[in-house]
Order: sequence, then structure tokens, then C-alpha cells
Amino acid sequence: MATMSPAPAEPDVPLLEVRDLEVEFRTRDGVAKAVDRVSFSVGAGETLAVLGESGSGKSVTAQAVMGILDSPPGFVTGGQVLFRGADLLTAGAEERRRVRGARMAMIFQDALSALNPVLTVGAQLAEMFRVHEGRSRKESRAKAVELMERVRIPAARTRVNDYPHQFSGGMRQRIMIAMALALEPDLIIADEPTTALDVTVQAQVMDLLAELQREYRMGLVLITHDLGVVADVADRIAVMYAGRIMETAPVHDLYKNPAHPYTRGLLDSIPRLDRKGHELYAVKGLPPNLMAIPPGCPFHPRCPRVRDICLADRPEPAPLTGADGRELPGRTSACHFRKDELHA
Amino acid sequence: MPERDGTLPAPEPLPGGALSPAEPVLEVRDLARLYPLTRGVLFRKQIGAVRAVDTVSFDLHRGETLGIVGESGCGKSTLARVLVSLERPTAGRIRFKGEDITRLSGRALKAVRRNIQMVFQDPYTSLNPRMTVGDIIGEPFEIHPEAAPKGSRRRKVQELLDVVGLNPEYLNRYPHQFSGGQRQRIGIARGLALNPEIIVCDEPVSALDVSVQAQVVNLLEKLQDEFGLSYVFIAHDLSVVRHISDRVAVMYLGRFAEIGTDTEIYDHPTHPYTQALLSAVPVPDPGARDGRERILLAGDVPSPADPPSGCRFRTRCWKAQDRCAQEVPLLAVPAGLATAKGPAAHPSACHFAEVRPDVVPVASGPVP
Repeated sequence: MATMSPAPAEPDVPLLEVRDLEVEFRTRDGVAKAVDRVSFSVGAGETLAVLGESGSGKSVTAQAVMGILDSPPGFVTGGQVLFRGADLLTAGAEERRRVRGARMAMIFQDALSALNPVLTVGAQLAEMFRVHEGRSRKESRAKAVELMERVRIPAARTRVNDYPHQFSGGMRQRIMIAMALALEPDLIIADEPTTALDVTVQAQVMDLLAELQREYRMGLVLITHDLGVVADVADRIAVMYAGRIMETAPVHDLYKNPAHPYTRGLLDSIPRLDRKGHELYAVKGLPPNLMAIPPGCPFHPRCPRVRDICLADRPEPAPLTGADGRELPGRTSACHFRKDELHA
Repeated sequence: MPERDGTLPAPEPLPGGALSPAEPVLEVRDLARLYPLTRGVLFRKQIGAVRAVDTVSFDLHRGETLGIVGESGCGKSTLARVLVSLERPTAGRIRFKGEDITRLSGRALKAVRRNIQMVFQDPYTSLNPRMTVGDIIGEPFEIHPEAAPKGSRRRKVQELLDVVGLNPEYLNRYPHQFSGGQRQRIGIARGLALNPEIIVCDEPVSALDVSVQAQVVNLLEKLQDEFGLSYVFIAHDLSVVRHISDRVAVMYLGRFAEIGTDTEIYDHPTHPYTQALLSAVPVPDPGARDGRERILLAGDVPSPADPPSGCRFRTRCWKAQDRCAQEVPLLAVPAGLATAKGPAAHPSACHFAEVRPDVVPVASGPVP
């Protein structure tokens, strides 16, 4: 268990490293490859955004990492999930349980369905301390109030006795954050944490999350479809499409100079608040059915740059080199023509 | 493009998409929709009202898009339902091409409804799963048989499918055989069926994926140019609204806080709520993180059943003073800004309206 202690890890071992993760869903209609050889890593204090549209496999990736994949129909069929160097997929149930829960926590999109409607929020927060830390009821309750104050819920002392439905959407999401923070984890996975919220509330919640992340030096994996939110908080980005990672890059590089036609298409297709354009670029076609992912590059039927090789050969994520021939740190692209795309 | 019937003359190109000086197609004055709150079963007694829409006024011109933005619960969807006569207003007037349609019923109401159609938010629940696409798009012709003689309906439905970019052969398919973006196209085709002059779009793209959203937005713009449609475009996404709108109204707790052209609202907002809203929108440009002040509003939107006195935004406003609690600010060009004559001089319902350049997102890169 030594590797699992909260002591700081070796500097060269990332907090979380996912290697060649594969997940498939076995349904009556066939097998859907939801996640296909996905690799990424997150360090302490770092924010990695996993960006993708619905059906891209971003949430399934998060569920597989957290060990909460619905199985059946979902099965992890390959790869490793390394937390501080130890593989969670092969670890024993006891060890897995200890890591997932105390050292890693998850924030869900829909707080109303993630919280238990028949228990007060105080009872749900206190449960964390009773179960994981064996504290007394009284102590746990005091810790619950303290947590609610930390996520800035007004009048925490009285609201601790309220039920989830008595809170507004933004306040409920704060309670979700409080629950995730309760055991001071090293890593938080947030799956669309602000998608259901209004913009002004979204700003409050994202700011709070970013501030707490800095305070605790947590790693954060932010799963989202919103290019705006990503630009505001992420350090690095992984773009997913049809269950695969198409591009990874530091946040500034990705927006300034994308190296994959899909990323470029996404960036060009969003209306911007700060400029009034004429016609939006629209990526033609639709995302593929995961039971019939096109051969070769999964994006080829929608790609403006498609050539013969894209129909036959599947491009793997490969590092990018700059104009001077040196490797660009942290950048990969799964496109046969990544060089042309980068220097386009 | 298929031919359209004579009800719509060829749209005149509007200079630069600017407002037509002609008479507005829709005039809305002091519109209100209240939902009574009652107590008791046998002796029902009204104890209050949810003021969902409260004294809203605006004009809509031919070929123009009026965007309405606001957060959930601000009354924008109720406003949409009142505009298409799905709900009766509690007070106020709606005039369509000069004719008061507020209290119409029966045949007269039916005639007006032909001209004001709606596209709904959720393409998954707004299409009947047991009807074929042909029946869904053709249903308006059942209600308004005068719009298309029986023999020509199939052809008309196919034309409509073609107009919205779907294969006309899909006539006999069911909604579940289509993706979200395609379903929204079906909803738009249904809205177009009766050659309306106005289409009220209630969050038409918010259920769609980013890469599909652009397809639908472009389609709506193309149709507007082709048929001279006027849109009331309701959305919570400020970026989409800016992209598609000629004028924009910002709604808060049932009232308009500010209204103006897209430049006036987005580049020169004077109402504190608009400023806070704009400052909170994440811009897809990491370079814009710096140099932009973010106003974080405290607390949540108050209940529309018990709105604050005076200015409804005052409970969350950093500028609020005693006057804001006593006096309702009118939606008019603020006296202090009227002399400026620039883009800052547009109607804003604030006693202390002023321009605040530090909250407006500015593009860091070159404009493409």
C-alpha cells in the first residue's frame, strides 16, 4: 500500500496515466467500440480537458477510469489506468476501493440525480467521513458544515439539514464539489460540471473549482464539450472523436494552431461572442455510429482534406515537430497530414 | 429551390441587414403573462402570481432577427408561447401588421397563427414518434387546408424537405431514424410549411452538438434570406444570439433589461446585468483570459412569484442604491447617455447605466 499513501509521488510519475484504454459496449445489436486505445496523463495541480461531442467516448473514458462503468453492457477490454504508477485495473478490489473514493473523486453533470433525494445533504456529506475515516456522527456533521462553508454555501449551519431539492442548481453543484473534496483527493474527474448551469452560475462554480484545485494542488480532468470553458481553465487539451484521441496540445497552441482537421472544424464552427462573423463553417455530415466506425481515419467521411490513404490506414497519435524540426512538447495529432495541417 | 406560393413576395435585400424603415410586422406593447398562485381546493383563492413576463415591449421588422437572451427562468420561453398564441397574455397588446391579435379567437386566430410559427427546442420531444416525417411536415396542411390543395401536399412536403437540406425520399421515415440535427431540420420544415412571415425559435440549437449546431444556424440564415422571414430567436447562448441577430434584448425576471443592435449590446452594454452576463461567458480563446474583468454575481435569481421592488436586478447588483428599491427603471435611452449619440445610447432599464469597457470580450487574434 506504500505507493497509495498521500505522500507526494516521484516527480517523474504522473498522478494519473491512462495507457491504451479500450472499452466496448456489448449490446443486442452488436459491439460498440466506445473507447479505442486512449492514452493521456495528468500531473498534480494540472488541468487536462477532454473535449468531445456527444458519443465521442469522453464520459465512458471517465467512468472506466473511476471504475463506475455499467458492466454489462460496458467492458474494459484493454489498457492500463495507472494512479501514481499502480494499475487500478489489475489491483485487488480492496486497494481499488481505497484509491477510488479517497484519492480520486468525481463530479457529475446532473447534481440532482447524483445526490440522494431522501437524505439531507448534511447526512450525505457526513457519510464520507464516517465510512472512509471512521469518525463519529457528531464529528462528521461538523466536518460537513465546514465543507459547505468552504464551497461558499450561505448559512451552511442551517442548510446542512436541507434536502437536495431545496437547493438551486448552482448550490447543488457546490454540494457535489464539496463531496468530491471531502477526503482531500489528489485527483478530481469532473464530467460536464457546469453544463446544466446558467452562464453567471457557471462562472461562479468554475471559479470555485479552479481556486480549490490550486489550494489543494489537485489534478483535474475536465470532461466537456464547451470550447469556451476549456479555454478558460485548462492547461492541456485532449480532443476525442469516435472513441479516439485525435489531438493533444497545450491550450494556447490548440486554439492558435490546431493540428487536426477535426479540431480546426470545431473551432471554426462556433459562433464567437467577441466577433460577428458572416457564415459559420459547418463540419459536414454527422459523427459516426460507434457500431460502424469508418475504417482508416474515423473522421475521413467528414474531412475536407481527405485523401486515399485516410480511407485505408488508421492514423495513430504521433508527436508533432515544429518548423525547426524539433519536437513540440505535449503535442500529438492523429492525422496523416498533421504537418500540413499544423503549418496551414 | 422549389417555388413558393404567392403569399410571400420576393424579399427585398435589406441594406447591410439593417432594420427596414417600414412598418413593423410585429408590435408588442406592455405584454404580461402572469400565472396565478392559488390556495385551497373548494374555496380557491388567489394568493399571488408568478410574473413570468411583465411589461415587455418591442417591434419586429420584416427580414429582421430579434435575439432574446436570458438565463433559465427569466420568462423567455413564456414570451415565445405568448407570441405564437399558445398562451393568452394577461395584459398588453400584440399587433401583427397593424392588426391587434391579442384577443382574437376562432377563425381569425387560426388565420393569424398561419403567419406566426414556432420551432421548438427539443427535437426529440417536439416530433410525434408515431408519425412519419411526411405526416409531421404535412400536418399544418390538415389544419389549414387552404394552404395547399390535397393533391399537391406530398409534393409540397418533399419540397420542404429539400429546402431544409434533407433527402425528399425520407418522407416515410420516422423521427427516431434521424439524428438530432436532422430532427431539428424536420421541425424547421414544419415551421415553414405554411409560408409564415414570422418564426419564433425557442432555443433551436441548444440541444445540438457543436459541429451540427453550425449547420442549423446557417440553414436558418439561408431561409431568412430566401423567404424574407422575421425571427424571434430565443436562446441562452450569447454567442449564438450575437451571430444570428440584428437586434438583441436581454431579459431578466420577466422584463427586458436592455435592448439594442448587436454592437450596442455586445460592445457597449450599459446595464449591469448585461455586463455581468457578458463577462461570465467563456470565450474560446485562451488569450482572452487576461485583460478581461469578470463580474461574479452573488446569489441566485430571485423567485418571479415575489420579485424585488423597484429594479428587479437590484438584489444582485453592485451598484444598487436606495432609489433602485423604490423606483422601477424604465426601458429607455438613459438620460446621461442620450447626448452621447454613439452606440452607448440605446434603451437600458437602469438608473445608473454607463458603459464599462473592461467587461467586453475582445478578440485577441485577427478577425478571420
